[in-house]
This record gives sequence, C-alpha cells and structure tokens, in this order.
Amino acid sequence: MAHVHDHDHPHNKPLSDVELRVKALESVLTEKDLIDAEAIDLIVETFETRIGPRNGAKVVARAWTDPDYKKRLLENATDAIAELGFSGVQGEDMIVVENTDAVHNIVVCTLCSCYPWPTLGLPPVWYKAAPYRSKVVKDPRGVLDEFGVSLPEDTEIRVWDSNAELRYLVLPRRPDGTDGMSEGELAAIVTRDSMIGTGLAGAS
Amino acid sequence: MSARPDLKRTPHLPQDEDGPVFAAPWQAKAFAMTVSLHEKGLFEWSEWCDALSAEIRAAQAAGDPDLGDTYYDHWLRALEKIVTQKNVASMDDLVACKEDWRAADHHRGFGEAPVLVRGGDAGHGHN
Repeated sequence: MAHVHDHDHPHNKPLSDVELRVKALESVLTEKDLIDAEAIDLIVETFETRIGPRNGAKVVARAWTDPDYKKRLLENATDAIAELGFSGVQGEDMIVVENTDAVHNIVVCTLCSCYPWPTLGLPPVWYKAAPYRSKVVKDPRGVLDEFGVSLPEDTEIRVWDSNAELRYLVLPRRPDGTDGMSEGELAAIVTRDSMIGTGLAGAS
Repeated sequence: MSARPDLKRTPHLPQDEDGPVFAAPWQAKAFAMTVSLHEKGLFEWSEWCDALSAEIRAAQAAGDPDLGDTYYDHWLRALEKIVTQKNVASMDDLVACKEDWRAADHHRGFGEAPVLVRGGDAGHGHN
C-alpha cells in the first residue's frame, strides 16, 4: 500500500468512532449557534474539578454543627443548599433525608441516573449501572452488604427514587467521638457514598 | 445478576472521592453539550431523561449487560437522537460531518490537531 504522506513520521492514534461522533455533534451545534466552545469547556471544567462531593460534604457538616441550618435543610433543601452557594443544573429541586438510629436512607435513580450534580458532582459508575439500580430496590440490605455496611436488624431502610424533578441527598449520621471537631474537619469525613446512602460518614 | 462482582469494585470506578468522573474526554464533552443545549432551551430535562432511559432500555434489550461502562455510549446516542428529533440536524448531516472529521484526523500531522474541512472529501485519492 502506497504511502502518500509527504511527511515522514509516526502515525497518530486514529480517533475512535465515538470521538468522531462527538466532534461531529460539536461542529454541527456550533455552526447552528446552539453551543459555543468556551461555554462547553467551562462546563467540563466545572464538573471535573470544581464540583464534586465536597460541596455536599460542606452541606452535611453545616447541618451537623448548626441546628437551625439543619432544620432549614430538612424543610427546604434547595434553598438551604443554595445558601452555601451550591445550585444549578440538576440541583433545582432537592430533598434531604436524614439518617437516624431508626432509619437509614439510600438514593437511587431506577429510571436512568438522576443525581444531585451541584452537591455531589457526577455519579459514580456503579450508580449508573443496572445491577445497582435494580437490586437496591429489591434488596437494599444486600446492596449495603456489598458496600461493607451492616446495620442493626431493626433499622428501617428507605430507598428513594430520584427523577427528573426531584433529587435526594442523604444526611448521614454524625459519627460518635466527633464532638470536638470543627466544621471543616467534619466535612472531610463525609464521603460521597455516605450522602448516597451506600456508606457511613467517617468510614472510607 | 448473581454472578455480579462487588459493586464497589466495578471496573472504571473512580478510586477516591476526587477521582475522575469521566472515563474519557469525549464523555465529558458529550455531557457538557447536553447541559448546554438544555440551558439553551432545546429540550426539557425530563425529555432528556426519557431519551436517555429509552436508549438504556434498548441497549439492555439488545443484550448490553449495562454495567455502567457503556453508559456514555447510550448518552451519546440519545443526544444524537434528540438533536435530530428537534430538527437541528439530520442524522445524514451528523454522519457527513463525522466523515469529514475522520478525513481531517487521517490527514493531520503527527501531534497536530486535525483541521476540519466540511464536505472536503479529503479522504479521496489517499489510499
């Protein structure tokens, strides 16, 4: 096979079919003035680096240390979360459910992958996967077991199904022995999974 | 289902709290374009959820075990469909543009970014 390149060089790795399809969409949408490259880059950067489970952890830590804030959070989560500056796409209608001695909450989206992006960033792969989406409804204890979480037999487990209109965030229990910790220190022990309900705060 | 490995150890799962949320840049871009089109008002978010769930269901019906690693494939297909349904472009337009990008990619110099020539048919005469 004749090589008609006029330059002698190693070959680039060809773009994959999905990469080409994304580039095609980007070109066509840009031509139609529906997107602009800078805005797209900004969104990518925001979700990759600036938004993440740390925002949600700050909300939880505030609720643990400020009873008035916690009350507002449980009554109107969207507004209370916005107080801390976290709002935007997929965070418009938030409901916070509180874990107690008696109740443990778990969040899923059985339909697709609705998830509170402004507080938790983008969902982990397992959250989007069919096994989690289907099993957590039928066998929440089995799922918790897979995540290494065991709860007392008499703890009631509630599963919340997020959808396009409503997104849930779990307020995990504040671990024992954290009385002397500052809000910042507390935020550091709030894991992403504890705010989905597949983990406990303070346990990583 | 019973043979499923531990959910926590699903392949591609980010390993720490701040780990990457996308497996590849194209996924982040597809995601960002969808958010941007929604902000522009091209579709309601509930429409998007419907389109995405339809793709996921179709893939499952076609035998995709749907373990999360094909998630953005479904996302991309749903995005292409909603763009064509909203008459922004036809699937033929998207395919033609994809082939232009393929030609541009084929012709770029090593380490250089591809330069798109629309309808340039640049692939011809180059075997």
